Amino acid sequence: MPNTRDIRRRIKSVKNTAQITKAMQLVAASKMKKAQDQATSGRHYADLLNTVLNNLKELTEEDAHPLLETRAGDRELMVVVTTDKGLCGALNTNLMRKVTDQGGEQTSYVTVGAKGRQTLSRLKRDLVADFVVHDPVHFADVKPVGNFIMDRFLAGECNRVTVAFTNFVNTLSQEPLIETLLPINPIDLGRDREFLGVGQKEEDLPEKPEGPGEGGFLFEPSPEKVLDMAVPQYLNYEIYQMVLESRASEHSARMVAMKSATDNANDLVKDLTLEYNKVRQAAITNELLEISTAMKALE
Amino acid sequence: MPFTLEIVTPEKSVFSDEVDGVVLPGVEGELGVLPQHTPLVTTLAPGELRYSKDGKETDFAVGEGLIEITGTTVSVLTDLAVSDVEIDEAVVEEALQRAQDALQEKLGEEEIAAVEASIQKSLAQLHLKRKRRRHL
Repeated sequence: MPNTRDIRRRIKSVKNTAQITKAMQLVAASKMKKAQDQATSGRHYADLLNTVLNNLKELTEEDAHPLLETRAGDRELMVVVTTDKGLCGALNTNLMRKVTDQGGEQTSYVTVGAKGRQTLSRLKRDLVADFVVHDPVHFADVKPVGNFIMDRFLAGECNRVTVAFTNFVNTLSQEPLIETLLPINPIDLGRDREFLGVGQKEEDLPEKPEGPGEGGFLFEPSPEKVLDMAVPQYLNYEIYQMVLESRASEHSARMVAMKSATDNANDLVKDLTLEYNKVRQAAITNELLEISTAMKALE
Repeated sequence: MPFTLEIVTPEKSVFSDEVDGVVLPGVEGELGVLPQHTPLVTTLAPGELRYSKDGKETDFAVGEGLIEITGTTVSVLTDLAVSDVEIDEAVVEEALQRAQDALQEKLGEEEIAAVEASIQKSLAQLHLKRKRRRHL
């Protein structure tokens, strides 16, 4: 039979754990809100960029930019966006399963986030580069990733670039997704992607920017030159959004995981308290029994 | 007749207000925009953006990006925009120093390009701040 002191000690330690997980849950909730706000505040930029791109599309040839060019070949570069830390449920496991299912012999990898780097190096995959993006995400941190893959693609070292990240559906569900980034589909250019869930569905979005009116825009020095500038910007923005999407997923997954951890800890405390009381009562009963037996013996 | 100037980065809208005129650093030299400008799209070079409102001039340090001019609005899309007030000289100096130090170490081509770009941006900010001080 366990003694009361042991049980008291266990209750105390479980309570401490519950406090920690509770705090982590609250922190994750506020970080998730921040990541969502950040995605929303970039919407205006996306709208303006899309206006320019849509106008450019009419003026330039379909394959006017090398980043739009479809090339034959299987060599693929996959950007894997994972979290840096654990304690976020099955988020990384689900994503990495999808990544390893899809990737073949011809795939090389670029990782953002420590978990992806660890898994891929353990699997001895062809890991080309690893980028560190801290929280909160800054556009300047994400830009090197975009420039790196653009260079690789333009140098012909890969024929396709995909991004594996976790799409934020809502607070309770996140789905692993693999999206093609390069070559850019000319139809997608200048259009909202379907997965941009975090930044949408807000009522106070700024109005869509107005077009040039009659006659269209004048492009200086030439539509092609402007396209040269606009396409990389578009690409970098896409990656930035995907990283934000992953971050929002990470924090919401962590929030849910920590909530259930806190609930479990509280249940455990309840059970232990019950046991503690039982043991205590049994001890008292025992003592009374002993006293009365002793008194009986003295009479 | 004033028009609207907007400066947006992927992270947030930095500035949005009615202004009387704006001078932008275009890739092919400085570009002055007054009301009723023809609709135009062009590219932005890292440098100083200067707008005037009620006779007062204010500066921004901007990175590379795009300029979109419609009849009533001038939108600047850039990856960096810092107003004169926000630039802390010491921080910029430190950033410059760090970038220079990083260049001394052995680096890959991409890293060098990234560091050089950051030096350009820091210099633009510092230049702007110093110029301001001379005026005062």
